[in-house]
Order: sequence, then C-alpha cells, then structure tokens
Amino acid sequence: MTAEADALRAPTTPEDVEVSPELLKQALSLMVLARVADERAINLQRQGRIGFYAPLEGQEAAQVGCGLALENRDWLCPAYRELAVALTRGIPLLAIFHQLYGNSKDLSRGRQMPNHYGFRDHRFVSPSSPIGTQIAQAVGLALASRYKGEKVVSVAFFGDGATSSNDFHSGLNFAGVYRAPVVFFCQNNQWAISLPRERQTRSETLAIKAQAYGFPGVQVDGNDFGAVYRAVRQARHRALEGQGPTLIEAVTYRMGPHSTSDDPRRYRSSEELARWKERDPIERLKNDLLHRHLLTETEFEQLQEAHRQEVQRIIKEAEATPPPEPVSLFEDVCAVPTGYLAEERQEFEELLRQGVLKP
Amino acid sequence: MTEITLIQAVNRALHTAMKADPDVICLGEDIGVNGGVFRATEGLLKEFGEERVIDTPLNESGIVGTAIGMALYGLKPVAEIQFLDFIYPAFDQIVSELSKFRYRSGGQFPCHVVIRAPYGGGIKGGLYHSQSTEQLFTSIPGLKVVVPSTPADAKGLLLSAIFDPDPVIFLEPKRIYRTVTGEVPEGDVRVPLGSARVVREGSDVTVLAYGAMVPPVVQAAKTLDSDGIKTEVVDLRSLNPLDVETVLRSVEKTGRVVVAHEAPKFCGYGAELAALIAEKALYSLKAPILRITGYDTPFPYTLENLYLPSVDRIVRGIQRTLAAG
Repeated sequence: MTAEADALRAPTTPEDVEVSPELLKQALSLMVLARVADERAINLQRQGRIGFYAPLEGQEAAQVGCGLALENRDWLCPAYRELAVALTRGIPLLAIFHQLYGNSKDLSRGRQMPNHYGFRDHRFVSPSSPIGTQIAQAVGLALASRYKGEKVVSVAFFGDGATSSNDFHSGLNFAGVYRAPVVFFCQNNQWAISLPRERQTRSETLAIKAQAYGFPGVQVDGNDFGAVYRAVRQARHRALEGQGPTLIEAVTYRMGPHSTSDDPRRYRSSEELARWKERDPIERLKNDLLHRHLLTETEFEQLQEAHRQEVQRIIKEAEATPPPEPVSLFEDVCAVPTGYLAEERQEFEELLRQGVLKP
Repeated sequence: MTEITLIQAVNRALHTAMKADPDVICLGEDIGVNGGVFRATEGLLKEFGEERVIDTPLNESGIVGTAIGMALYGLKPVAEIQFLDFIYPAFDQIVSELSKFRYRSGGQFPCHVVIRAPYGGGIKGGLYHSQSTEQLFTSIPGLKVVVPSTPADAKGLLLSAIFDPDPVIFLEPKRIYRTVTGEVPEGDVRVPLGSARVVREGSDVTVLAYGAMVPPVVQAAKTLDSDGIKTEVVDLRSLNPLDVETVLRSVEKTGRVVVAHEAPKFCGYGAELAALIAEKALYSLKAPILRITGYDTPFPYTLENLYLPSVDRIVRGIQRTLAAG
C-alpha cells in the first residue's frame, strides 16, 4: 500500500485529542437533558398535545460527541433527529419546544412537522424530510466558506438509511473532487424505519464507502462519547488543514421507534433492544465518571431532577403560547409576495371575518 | 451598440454580474474550460478563475445541492443544467429544498440560486434535448420562472434573476440562441421580473407567447397584417410571477385570445392563462380561447417540425379564432 493510500485510511491518532473531566461532565449533562426532553416529547405526542415526534434515545453520545467537537462558527446540516446536537450549540430547549408545538414563537412559524427545526443564528440549517438532500448542501456550504477564506467546516448529519440515497453519492463525490472542508457524520443506528443496516448495503461497513470517493472513512463506537468526540475533532482538523473531507460512521442504536407513527416490535426483537440497552451511552458515561470519582450517584440524580424540572417549565411555556396568526400562512413564500398571493390572502381574510374559516 | 445573439447576451449578463459582485459563482457541467456546450460561459474561467467558474461532476442533484449550500452561506450561485431535459435528478433539491427553504424556516434561510437551463425543441435533439417542461416549475410556490426571447431581455432578466432574493429557474430558448440578434445595453441594465412586454400592438386578437415561440408568433402576425387582421403579441417573459395586469389589459382590448407554447396542451402553462382569463375577463371575450401547443405526445425526433407550433399553424389558429366570433 502506498503512503498516500495509507494516509487515506487513518487521519491521525485519536489520542492526540484531549478529553477533559469538565468536558465529560458537560457532555453528560447535555445527554441527560436530551434524554429527558426526548421522553417528555414522546409522551406529549401520546397524549395528543403535539402532532409527531422522532426520538433520539440511544444516540446521545454520538450527537453530543459530535456537537461538542465542533465550533459555533461551523455550519450544521442536520436531519430531523438531531435534538442533542442542537443542544450542544446552545440552542435553547424552549425554542425547540416552541417548534414541536408549532406555535407563534416557533422561529419556523409552524410551517414544519415537529423535529424539523432550523436556527439561522446558530448555523443550524432548517432540515427537510426527504432523506440525504442535506449531504450535498453541506458541500456547498463548505466550498463557500473556503472561497470566503473563513476557517469554518460544514457538517452533514444523516443515518444509515441515507447512505443509500442519491445525495449521499452526490455529496461525497463532490466533496472528494473538491477536497471540501466538510465532515460527513453518519449515525448508523442500525434501522431505517423497518429496514436493518444489512439491507441497505452489502458493504462491510458504511465508513468503507469513503475510500471510493478518495478520502478517509472511520468507524467509531457511537455510544462512546470520547471516541466520537476525538474522531470529529480529527476530521475537523483535517478539513481546516486542507486535507479534505472525512466520513465518520458512528455505530449506535435507535432505542425507540423511528417516530411516534412507528411500532418497532413489528420488525425487531426485544432481545436485540435489551442487548443495546446494556450499552446505553448515558449509563456508560455515568459509570465512567462514577468510577473515576468525578461524579456521585446523588449528583447524577440531582442533575436528572434539575433537567426534568426545566423541561417541565419549558413545556408549560410552549404549550401556553398561542398558535401563529392565520395570515402568516401567506408570508415568506418569496421575499415580496408575488402572483396570486395578495389576492388569496385578501380572500382568506374575508373568509375569516365571515367565520367561514375558523382559526 | 452592436447587435449580438441571445447566447452572447447570456454570456454578457454572467460577465457583468461576476464583475460587479465577487459572490456570484457559476457552476455546472463543462462550463469551465469548454465554456459550456452552448458557450454561454465562454471566457469566464479565464477571467474569474476556477474558484468562481466551477466545472462539476456529471450530477445535477449535486450541482443544485451544492448551489443551495453556497446560497445558504450568502453567495449568489448560478447553476447551469446542460439541458432542461437533464434537470430531473435535481428535482428533489429544487422542489423539496430550494423552493421551500425560506418558507419552511420562517424566513430565516432565504436561498437565492439561479438555475439556467436551455429548453425547447427545434434543434434535432429528440426526446431528451428538446422538452419544454416549464409547467413543472411554475406550479411550485417559491420558485420564479423566467423565459427570455430577445438578447436584451436575456441579459436584463438574467441580471435581475442573479440579484433577486428568491430562487429563479431561467429557461433559455436554445432554438433561437443564435438566430435572434439585437442590440443590448452595456453594463448592469436590468429588466424587472414579472413584467410582460407588448411586442406589437393590435386590436383584433391577443397572442400570448414566450421564449422560442415569440418569433414565429410575430411572423404569423405580420403575415396576417396583409389580411387586415391586427394581432397584438404579448411576450410574457416571466411565467412566475406573471404580469396579470398586462395580460388582462390586452385581452380586454382585443376580446380574442390565442396562447402559443411548445409544451403539450394538457395542464400546460396555457391552461393557467386560459383559467385566469376565464376568471377575470370572461365577459370581454368574443370567441373561445385557443391554445396552439405541442401535441400531447412525448417529444419526437424526425417529426419535430410537425410537432412544434409553426407559423402556418399559428396563422390558421388566429384566423379560426377571428372566424369564431
């Protein structure tokens, strides 16, 4: 194997990246906050208080590990399951719950299903439901940042299912050709709704696919916060050094359903779930910290309780916030309303006044 | 001012925009060294470098997806799709992403990408180098769709599109890329989007057309002059937003309407025009609205001249409309 091919396989040694006790504690707190919010959101949907929810339970270490390894100036192209990533950016949980409720304080103005939240100020791009489209967009962001001479990387988030999508190929191929400063962060959570990872591809791993595009792919234990953090730090460093993209496959598990509309008992065994619960990323980090005397059981319980109370307060506030104004339906189609919009809006307002339409 | 072709006008617009604003970036297949298969981007690579004139891999979804990312970052990308017939791999990026970014994010993420694509028949291009599928894009809220028919409009509309805050599908009538010439103003002179142009005035009948259909419609109108039929020709220029006012004003004046486009009739753009006129100006009409269009078949190769609305077919259509009332 040539030196160049060898270099493609392993960026640098992960041990170069320091993972401090403070970072681990910060990570644990974010992971617990995400878990608590996730559980509550599922319940809200079951109670009919929000319309839909796609949980991330089980993927907290992968998401927090990746999010904390990035800088706030980096651009993120998330899919719709990236709650814990959003929290690492300092996006307020209240803003996220406003979106889950689609209320008048939702920055996306009630336009999207729950989970599809974007925050311009945090460079957290508004996601869509079609799979994989954000992968090609992340490459465009990366090329733009390089053109502008800014030390910024772009990160695309997607799952194992998305590695079969058209834009996985488009994005990785373009990124390879242009050596774009981009990180492809794949959370292989084993299931794309009902289809197991083995049915997406005959590839031995997902990471190996990067080789064909001419850049490294690394597989990491996605339930190990430190391992993910190190891999993303390395990939970010490589990108900014002009060495091009990296594909990271974080091997993890979606412990819950694909969404609140899904029943995973139809396609996977309880034994499988039990096996992965033994590898719960939060338990793992917690035990690590307990073992190193960086945390006590009491402190952990206090942390959980504090987050539960915060989430409770946030839900109360989001739920009490009224829905968007009906006429907002007609705004933001274009910068300035065009075509029939003005006339349709006028007619709509008339129907509201007459009580034909009821908000 | 010297006369230039429509394709040269496109090139001038790109050059003017890139010179005025370093955020304007071109990307597409064969647009760099080769200057584009129609030469729309000729000379741009040499002048602006490969960071701004980007030859891409052969992947339309990648081109549009990348352009979207660039626009989110604040650049003004102009993507070339080599033929409109090849745009469909990017349809997801256009329909699901580009057109909806502003709306779905509550206005947080405007996304102004211009997608240039040569469209239409008459170049012996068969099924896959000839289609007119503008109606697929005019029916998507959030997209603007523009079609020039003269060099001056090609330059002026493209400049408007590049500096517009919204995504624009810019359809170029490749059949008349080199057959139509005209004077084009120097510099950054823009033609506003959403304004139709009355090409010639008349009082008997209005013909609504755009792009490569405008020259044969004008020729048909001239032919009918000798019979004393006064034909008004309106070049729509912008299909979305549509200049409703100009269309209705003309219809109310003449009371007779013929719509001409290359695309098939069923659910074509003419259907929208006919519905609009029926809703807003029915009582001005003296005769039924007539659509002269491509037939409801896939686009043919050998028989394309029989498929496309010809001058004679348009003449016949106008005569029949006048005879009807």
